[in-house]
Amino acid sequence: MDFGFNADQEMLRATARKFLENECTSEFVRARMAEDTGFTPEFWNKLAEQGWLGLVYPEQYGGAGLGFVDLTVLMEEMGRAVMPGPFFSTLMAGVVLLEAGSDAQKKEWLPKIAEGQARATLAWTEPNARWDAAGVTTTAKATGGGFTLAGTKLFVPDAHVADALVVVARTREGKNPEEGVSLFLVPAGTKGLSVKLLPTMDQTRKLCEVTLADVNVPAGALIGAKDAGWTPLARVIERATVALCAEMCGGAQRVLDMTTEYAKIRIAFGKPIGSYQGVKHKAADMLVEVENAKSLTYYAAWAVDEKVPEAALAASMAKAYTSDAFRKIAGAGIQLHGGIGFTWEHDLHLYFKRAKSSEATFGDATYHRERVAQLINL
Amino acid sequence: MDFTLTPDQEALRKRVRAWLSANIPDDWKKFGLSEVPRPEAYDFLRKWQKALHDAGFIGLTWPKESGGQGLTFVEEMVLQEEMALQKAPPVLNILGVGMAGPTIVAYGTEEQKKRYPAKILSCEEIWCQGYSEPNSGSDLASLQTRAVKDGEYWVINGQKVWTSLAHIADWMMLLARTDPAAPKHKGITYFLLDMKLPGVTVKPLKQITGDAEFNEVFFDNVRVHESQILGGVNNGWAVGLTTLMYERLALGFGLQVRLRITLESLIDMAKRMEKHGRSMTKDPVMRQKLATLWIDTEALKYTGARAVTKLLRGELPGPEASTGKMGWVDTHQRLQELAMEIQGPYAMLGRGADVAVDNGVWQYSFLRSRANSIEGGTTEIQKNIIGERVLGLPKG
Repeated sequence: MDFGFNADQEMLRATARKFLENECTSEFVRARMAEDTGFTPEFWNKLAEQGWLGLVYPEQYGGAGLGFVDLTVLMEEMGRAVMPGPFFSTLMAGVVLLEAGSDAQKKEWLPKIAEGQARATLAWTEPNARWDAAGVTTTAKATGGGFTLAGTKLFVPDAHVADALVVVARTREGKNPEEGVSLFLVPAGTKGLSVKLLPTMDQTRKLCEVTLADVNVPAGALIGAKDAGWTPLARVIERATVALCAEMCGGAQRVLDMTTEYAKIRIAFGKPIGSYQGVKHKAADMLVEVENAKSLTYYAAWAVDEKVPEAALAASMAKAYTSDAFRKIAGAGIQLHGGIGFTWEHDLHLYFKRAKSSEATFGDATYHRERVAQLINL
Repeated sequence: MDFTLTPDQEALRKRVRAWLSANIPDDWKKFGLSEVPRPEAYDFLRKWQKALHDAGFIGLTWPKESGGQGLTFVEEMVLQEEMALQKAPPVLNILGVGMAGPTIVAYGTEEQKKRYPAKILSCEEIWCQGYSEPNSGSDLASLQTRAVKDGEYWVINGQKVWTSLAHIADWMMLLARTDPAAPKHKGITYFLLDMKLPGVTVKPLKQITGDAEFNEVFFDNVRVHESQILGGVNNGWAVGLTTLMYERLALGFGLQVRLRITLESLIDMAKRMEKHGRSMTKDPVMRQKLATLWIDTEALKYTGARAVTKLLRGELPGPEASTGKMGWVDTHQRLQELAMEIQGPYAMLGRGADVAVDNGVWQYSFLRSRANSIEGGTTEIQKNIIGERVLGLPKG
């Protein structure tokens, strides 16, 4: 048993931290918040040069062939830097292709994604805000050798800058909502597809409403088997959930670091505020929560990578704990900074908002605790 | 990152599993599922620990010459996991196994290492911890119990308090002041004290549970031979801190395991209890609370596993090593509170009421759990330690 990162992973962490400290500064993040696209081509190319856009894809598809635990390390560092842009959305779409796509689909898209030539996203959730299969009401009807898609997708990350969308749609109605779900690859600009960028509370995350008004796609747009898309999608969501937890852990650790440093230098009543137990004990609580969130997240990363039977439970435990922990830690960070922590100028609000948006993505703590309850047979 | 075990470790797991299922007596549960041994269970638990020892399933990480198996913490984790799965009874001589033994192995002379640890594991000799005094709790280094040199002997006078198991203990880990002129951390010595020496008086203290599991211990001119000093004169603070480190790290496993056992029992009880005509585990609010405890308990396990990995790699323990005790306390106290909540009005009954749930064991452990955030370093002191030693915040 070895529950730690190896030397290569520690190297990846060090490289990522240095790169992001230089390239993804507070100024950079704030400039991206203020504009629609949320990334720059220069920055995107640099991510490609690092090999990070293709980190988890096999080498035959232009990737680095690394595993999910390696991705966890990278996501943690990206969270630390509140990195904006379509990295995560592109990753989700790419992993769907990897999981369920045909060789031709993988050959067409994964190398382009890895090289930074294409971005993609996952158009899954809908205005009903459900995370289960019953939430998929967008329809795909077989028409003239292809399919016609109709419906509305909501909370779709980065659809406005995606070259392709993986659309989750219902091809068959039935008793079991998990049966009859199919996945389609829809290139941007397809007739009937419209994308509306929505203002978001966390401006580092761009979310869209995607409307499919009788969008015709050829039969080759189908990813995997017809009616059998829910199983691969659920597996991708499980992995994406753990990756998101890693990003949240990185953000939470950064808030703790900022707060600890501030508590050492900020003087009140003639002493650094960190010497007062009212501050010190709160900081200790933050540390306990960061460490526990990491432990559950790392375990979940290993579990989904190894596909152990407990993977679903591990992922839900991690998301439940980390969702609450990051929100509380970001809030405590603001509190311990006092007035400066409430300003636009200070970076804390970036983390506080990221914590909230991440908490609400893929189900919040309450949702995942109920999943845990089911999985432990309560 | 790898959670797979070696063939030897898998073989150990099978051996432990088979042995436990053959050897845990069916009727031990009559003593309740409390993680703290209760007086009526002492005789049974002595025999249980002896049986564990004879089977080679205790002290796995201790060196062979001290009666252990010379294995790593991974084997210890395997053992503990199996004990959790089968709800094994607790270890009676927990202060010896968790604290005294490892400290003697770390600081003892060859003679001391031969004399004490093996009998700790076999439960032939039970140990207690003489740290806290009426005026020295969290500020332990201010302790006043004196030891004055007289030839080859040291003469002890003073008082300890909250001393768990002193009433059945054969030995005490005693911290006493040997140099009153030195700065308070530098004038303390660690003694291995025979509880049968003349001048040692033990007075049980009745606790909020009604049990008397801890005690006051008085020393009236107790003469201890200098060969009973552990780790050198005036070096007691460093030796004592080692004890506490072991308590918080190695014992952390055991704590997590007991927590898991108690949680499984709680879920079992919740399934039997009803609210508005349905099982408590079908109530959405209760499901949330039970799942929270499950997740928090698992988090403790994996945080512990990260700390163990650092130990195995020969690295210094990181921040994850310091959070275990606090995390356990918090989770366990919430668990016990939920156990009361689930019982509704039955929470008001106690042992002896024929309609009490599980014969009132939850009422006992609910009350007992209040000590958790005080014993072994209060939660407030733990937070100071984390704040200062891990986060580097200035002292107050």
